[in-house]
Amino acid sequence: MMPAVRIACPLGTLALLPAREWSSRIGDLLRSGARLVSMFGRPDVQEHAVLTAVLQGAEGALEVVRGTAARAIGVHTLTRDFPAAHVFEREMHEQLGIRIADHPWLKPIRYEGAGVGRMTDYPYYRLEGKEVHEVAVGPIHAGVIEPGAFRFSCLGETVHHLEIQLGYQHRAAEELLLRGDPFTRTPLIETVAGDSSIAHAWAHCAALESLAAVAITPGVDASRTVGLELERIAMHLATLAGLAQDIGFAQGAATYGRLRTTAINTSMRLCGSRFGRGWLRPGGSLVAMDAAVAAVVRGDLELLRRDVSIINTRFLGSTTVQHRLRGVGEVALRDAKALGLVGVVGRASGVPLDQRTNLWLLDGAHTHEPCVETTGDCWARARVRIREIDRSIALVSDAIDRFGAFTATRAPVRSLAPDTLVVSIVEGVRGEVMHAIETDAAGRVRHYKLQDPSLRNWFGLALALRGNDISDFPICNKSFDLSYCGNDL
Amino acid sequence: MWNAGQVRLSQGWQFIGDLRRAVPVGLRGRPEIAAAPCADGCRACAEVCPTNAIALDPVRIDLGRCVFCNECAVACPADKLVFTPEPRMGATALEGLVVHPGKAPPDPASTSAALHALFGRSLKLRQVSAGGCNACEMELNALANVNFDLQRFGIEWVASPRHADALVVTGPITRNMAEALQLAWDAMPEPRFVVSVGACAISGGLYADSPVLDRGFPERIQPALYVPGCPPHPLTFIHAILDLLGIDTGR
Repeated sequence: MMPAVRIACPLGTLALLPAREWSSRIGDLLRSGARLVSMFGRPDVQEHAVLTAVLQGAEGALEVVRGTAARAIGVHTLTRDFPAAHVFEREMHEQLGIRIADHPWLKPIRYEGAGVGRMTDYPYYRLEGKEVHEVAVGPIHAGVIEPGAFRFSCLGETVHHLEIQLGYQHRAAEELLLRGDPFTRTPLIETVAGDSSIAHAWAHCAALESLAAVAITPGVDASRTVGLELERIAMHLATLAGLAQDIGFAQGAATYGRLRTTAINTSMRLCGSRFGRGWLRPGGSLVAMDAAVAAVVRGDLELLRRDVSIINTRFLGSTTVQHRLRGVGEVALRDAKALGLVGVVGRASGVPLDQRTNLWLLDGAHTHEPCVETTGDCWARARVRIREIDRSIALVSDAIDRFGAFTATRAPVRSLAPDTLVVSIVEGVRGEVMHAIETDAAGRVRHYKLQDPSLRNWFGLALALRGNDISDFPICNKSFDLSYCGNDL
Repeated sequence: MWNAGQVRLSQGWQFIGDLRRAVPVGLRGRPEIAAAPCADGCRACAEVCPTNAIALDPVRIDLGRCVFCNECAVACPADKLVFTPEPRMGATALEGLVVHPGKAPPDPASTSAALHALFGRSLKLRQVSAGGCNACEMELNALANVNFDLQRFGIEWVASPRHADALVVTGPITRNMAEALQLAWDAMPEPRFVVSVGACAISGGLYADSPVLDRGFPERIQPALYVPGCPPHPLTFIHAILDLLGIDTGR
């Protein structure tokens, strides 16, 4: 059983390639079929930077490529050949000041560091012409949601381009993770993207447990799986409720919303929080579930299974729903692959990527095939969620049936291996959540890289809007349902 | 139509009739501290608190900072701390958020006669997230769902600050969002007030030490109501706002 996709590399085993070799090695791997998971860097002595690329082979194994570069000289961009690199190179440029030669668009990701407080300095793309007009929305939106700014360049009602400006939520989470006792950071991690608390907490715990050589019992893995899948059920239901709301389908909004309440109340029953806060800690899981509570949870799952199915039939069979969602906000498979879109959004466009294929296979009895759709539109993104809810209910039921009860356990996690880099990945609600921790010679956390799937998928939303009516933006946005603070950190 | 009926039948009656008596089963809500004295020099609870919410001699918990993670309750060698499912813990002043040992729970938000007269029958809320992680935001959204239905009291979310009576702030207030937050407030007509929701908004919470916050807004405009939690359960908000406005739920 594998609790999370991860790789631990003693730094001594990682060649530190010169910049040019680093880029070409990544290029070679990508051309041979590997997928880019992440690229990031940290400052090094003498105005240098240590660069890390994480790739995933077709079989799911991770590979790390390390490089070094003088920040002023930098590296040559990979974006022109591999557009999926654009967001990582922009982030490296913003975080390290490293030169990325020939990069087409070094727009800041989140206005951190020297960019803090300069959200309004940015010159948006401008479209000029007689029939052209622009619409600026945000950072504050009409609903009760996180802030971000959207600039639509339109020809009549048709969106020619959407430019997304994020960073309003930047809280310097990565910097705060370097402070204090690394084993007490989980509450902070649980708020990196507060609707994906369990996914981030699990990636975090798995990384620390790898560095501390702590073994996790199957019972703890099962408990974490219950938490993660309940989180997925709840958030998928929230998205469906929002989509129904945005197309004026009141019955869908009321019923999907009500069912989400059941899912989050189940989490509260188990761990005291409707958002799974306090469920995971390094070394264990704090949830205690006896037979009586297990019976309540089973009842909740049965209700979800039954009632979700009833509303699904109504939702998917409704002419209104089909008319509003089909063919709107399409992202082609070619574009999704090129941009490296992940999670629900990628799967809706036909990318068969779901890190759970390698995850928590309870005695190998469950093999999880990704739920893939092909049309890449709002309809496909809704369909993926609907199908995944059923799977998640089955996974939770199975974990509870097999274990019957969970006890709160926390194995002691005391010290971290020195000079080691660990990367761990968990398939969260929106896609792969990646945490990378590098320790120094004394076993202290030297660098912490957080990556929410939203970072990569926001540009997918911009692409989805092209050629669509501006009035379809709300449903396109809701069908992506990305995290703002997950991007802004 | 048949299927629409099935959905309606499955939906049943989700409305919570008496919000004042609803119990959120399993919630880690308002903590209680036993009156017994602590062992000499014991700092176990304060040391594990991620937000420095605990003061000692005697032990007190500041709910304006507390993220309800339960670490203190686990750490206490004398089991003096326990988090109860009680959601009612809003306050109109920061001192009202401090839980003392052995004493009755903190005073509920005290009623403002002025606010009751103005907004007791209709209150329009504009929410601004300034670094909120989407947990507070989702719980605030839940206030308008079929369960909690806060609209029954004439309390509703509105899309524009121009239409709003109260600004509901979440998040630790990032520098990148500080200007937009102030602009939203400036756009609101008098009379108006601020509600501060969640540990982040009240004290900075887990991000209190972040170098990229701008806490000027709550210093300039003192909130009329504090709703603690990480995130606060919808019932915590409901108790607090009903207490503040002196709304009689008729039960």
